[in-house]
Amino acid sequence: MKAAVLVFPGSNREGDVAQAIELVTGRKPQMVWHGDGDFEKTDLIVVPGGFSYGDYLRCGAMAAQSPVMAEVKKRAGQGVPVLAICNGFQIVTEAGLLPGTLMRNAHLKFVCSDVHLKVETSQSLFTNRYQAGQVIRVPVAHAEGNYFADADTLKRLEDRGQIAFRYCAPDGTVNGTGNPNGSIQNIAGVFNETKTVMGLMPHPENAVEPMFGGCDGKALFEGLVEALT
Amino acid sequence: MSSNAVSLEKNPPVKLPNEPTITPQIVAEHGLSPEEYQRVLAIMGRTPTMVELGIFSAMWSEHCSYKSSKVWLKKLPTKAPWVIQGPGENAGVIDIGDGQAAIFKMESHNHPSYIEPYQGAATGVGGILRDVFTMGARPVANLNALRFGDPAHPKTRHLVSGVVAGIGGYGNCMGIPTVGGETNFHAAYNGNILVNAMTVGIAPTARIFYAAAAGVGNPLVYVGSKTGRDGIHGATMASTEFSEDSEEKRPTVQVGDPFVEKLLLEACLELMATDVIVAIQDMGAAGLTSSSFEMAAKGGLGVIVELDKVPMRETGMNPYELMLSESQERMLIVLKPGTEEQARKIFEKWELDFAVIGHLTDTERMVLSWHGDIVGNIPIPPLVTEAPVYERPWTLTPLPAVLEAAEAPAPKDWRASLLALMSCPDLASKAWIWHQYDHLIMGNTAIRPQDGDAALVRVNGGHKGLAMTSDCTPRYVQAHPETGGRQAVAEAWRNITAVGAKPLAVTDNMNFGNPQKPEIMGQFAGAIMGMAEACKVLDFPVVSGNVSLYNETEGRPILPTPTIGAVGVIEDIGKSVGSRLTQAGLGIVLIGETTGWLGQSLYLREACGREEGAPPPVDLLVERRNGDFVRSQIAIGRVEACHDLSDGGLIVALAEMAIAGGTGMEIGQPAGNAVPSHAFFYGEDQGRYVIASGSADDVIEAAQAAGVPAVLLGYSGGASLVVKGLLSLPLSDIKAAHEAWLPGYMSATE
Repeated sequence: MKAAVLVFPGSNREGDVAQAIELVTGRKPQMVWHGDGDFEKTDLIVVPGGFSYGDYLRCGAMAAQSPVMAEVKKRAGQGVPVLAICNGFQIVTEAGLLPGTLMRNAHLKFVCSDVHLKVETSQSLFTNRYQAGQVIRVPVAHAEGNYFADADTLKRLEDRGQIAFRYCAPDGTVNGTGNPNGSIQNIAGVFNETKTVMGLMPHPENAVEPMFGGCDGKALFEGLVEALT
Repeated sequence: MSSNAVSLEKNPPVKLPNEPTITPQIVAEHGLSPEEYQRVLAIMGRTPTMVELGIFSAMWSEHCSYKSSKVWLKKLPTKAPWVIQGPGENAGVIDIGDGQAAIFKMESHNHPSYIEPYQGAATGVGGILRDVFTMGARPVANLNALRFGDPAHPKTRHLVSGVVAGIGGYGNCMGIPTVGGETNFHAAYNGNILVNAMTVGIAPTARIFYAAAAGVGNPLVYVGSKTGRDGIHGATMASTEFSEDSEEKRPTVQVGDPFVEKLLLEACLELMATDVIVAIQDMGAAGLTSSSFEMAAKGGLGVIVELDKVPMRETGMNPYELMLSESQERMLIVLKPGTEEQARKIFEKWELDFAVIGHLTDTERMVLSWHGDIVGNIPIPPLVTEAPVYERPWTLTPLPAVLEAAEAPAPKDWRASLLALMSCPDLASKAWIWHQYDHLIMGNTAIRPQDGDAALVRVNGGHKGLAMTSDCTPRYVQAHPETGGRQAVAEAWRNITAVGAKPLAVTDNMNFGNPQKPEIMGQFAGAIMGMAEACKVLDFPVVSGNVSLYNETEGRPILPTPTIGAVGVIEDIGKSVGSRLTQAGLGIVLIGETTGWLGQSLYLREACGREEGAPPPVDLLVERRNGDFVRSQIAIGRVEACHDLSDGGLIVALAEMAIAGGTGMEIGQPAGNAVPSHAFFYGEDQGRYVIASGSADDVIEAAQAAGVPAVLLGYSGGASLVVKGLLSLPLSDIKAAHEAWLPGYMSATE
């Protein structure tokens, strides 16, 4: 699997996801600078976490207008898979690749913590190594991860199986206690209609080694390798 | 250009339009005493211009010149075979093997954080990060030591909220994990909180960058943010006591932009990977003044700064403002000649300002030009060599009488007293704070906050780990500075040891009151004596540090707080241990001698309402022997969890281990031990650890052979903390009490 990781001014988890990809694939991904609208063809595009453009104006709003994102939109339209994590999720919603938006956390503070996620479906490039209903533990680290979409959009997401992960309690119960940011219906990650674009607030890339946060995020990358190699 | 400037240098500076005449009042406003001003006149041989006066004021401020502390700081040991760079540079540098160096320093941002907590704390983090990446290191971890006033004080909640948000706001955006620290509350900090921020970075030993300028004619380059009017005279502000009108000083607090600093970090590291830098220095306190001055002084050179070339944020700025602004996210670089365009391209890529603003000369003078006129011309060496150094009068704090265990009552209700201690502001969980800090970014955090005595971060690309901690027990230092100084160093050393790492070096952040009072200077002197002795015996040199004096409001000083930041190394991170008790059936072994020392203990303060007695003595040879033993047992895999004993003594340490790992225990005071139970369990004797081991007998046998006191207290298991004959408490109750206080406090309305 050949992967490209985008780098915007202010990105800061591009190294983490590159490290996770290298761990699983044995090769370093290509790092693509935001001004580079014409990067090498790859099997996967990753929009990483961070504070692109300082999160000024609105998280992800400026990055969504960058030359590289015009190209990402084009390639996503052609079916190239896009994994968008944290600030990346904010960027792709701003770019219109995924429905909904990420608002300020309900408690108004930055939160860095392990959370539990319920895998909603194993029927995707990104989740094929998980079982539907499985509970995994991965960290979040964000101030604006409070997912919101209007009622019609939510219904459409539900009906079409576009919800990837929900925050839950350690036993899998989806309720308020496991929700770190106030996201509507505990939504932690969503797909586009074709399930080739996935955005999520948690950081699977920080859960790939036993001593460093556990391994529950590793299957996401392994699943991608399996699907894209 | 340069020949023109050199000829101009011979002329006296011109006066700028509207420049005021220097009066005694203006001198006083610059924080210079009449005697210090006489030195200025003697050095200059004439009345200085305003910008020149401003430069003297900043360079001779306590903050920049260390004039009250210098004679004492010299007493600290600073050398060891692994020390690459000790105090005097932007940060300390130690060799951690494999061609790598750890670069670290702690620095205070106390005064600004009290005036404007968010920006004060944020720029404190920004400043210490720059100190570390200036030297070529990529920062890999941040820590912070915070001291706030009484929780009941009307300002405390606002200060906690702002400081924590500010630290998080800056560090999170930079993408550097904030992995450790400490937070205390005491009424002595009501009017002067302490915000001490530490950064640890890693660089190849072969590529460390220093501040000393070299090469006459080499270009002086300004990079980063534009200069604005923020923070003018911050260093002078940080060198005086507060009064009620301190809030009027808000304009002297700088405003941070972590996004720009992130760009500056990446741009500087990219530039450092080329071969074009002669010297580099960040612009911290006293901005362009101290950075240009220090670079020239360290290189024995002169410098011409063309101030009109400095990138400016607003129009109408004058030389005085440009030289004294503390705008953030700026660096000064001396480049090799002819490399300007190569460097410029890198900074343009990162969308940062880049300007050649002068060059080095052989005159040993700092010459400032402004649209072709000379506006300042100061000889550099005398400003350094004739800087005031004060041997201020000092009176040592006498050692208070020892408080016998019998003088402190035993708890009437053991359950209630433990719950009260576990939920008191100093011991309550600080999760509310560290969950606001990204402590996981970079994917190398092996021991997270609260999971061990020291934070542990993997060094990229290997199995090595860096352990780090920050420690001080101000109530001990207040009671007897020498003991307190010794204890702060010993506790830091112990915390590094408790995760299995070898302690290597220290950065100190000396926070004290007004040094012009002999008793305060005596606290400083005593703390230094204790620290020096501990650093020497423990082979734990000081490699960097910072002094913050005048932490007083309306004449009331803070508790003397010499914060010790420390770094250690473990070769195989897989062999490290945390303090969480996660398995049943492990032997719980107490290492070290317990006399039941209750003087200055947290039990005495929280349960009895008394802050009395002598602090626990620190026997450094015992400390070393016990610590070396514990480390050796961790190294051979006999230890599953380890926790040092400090605030709250044995029972608090056991409760912390149990609730962190979700495993209870049943223990008891060993038969025949004559120490009164409350002193045995709450006493704060030093040099002690608790370890959980699957081979406790072997550990005890080895301890006996090594002459280390070790005793089996009981075994892990169950969901309660059971102390035979004294108490049985479900872990869920302890955890609830421990975790509830801070969130409850922060969400309460006035």
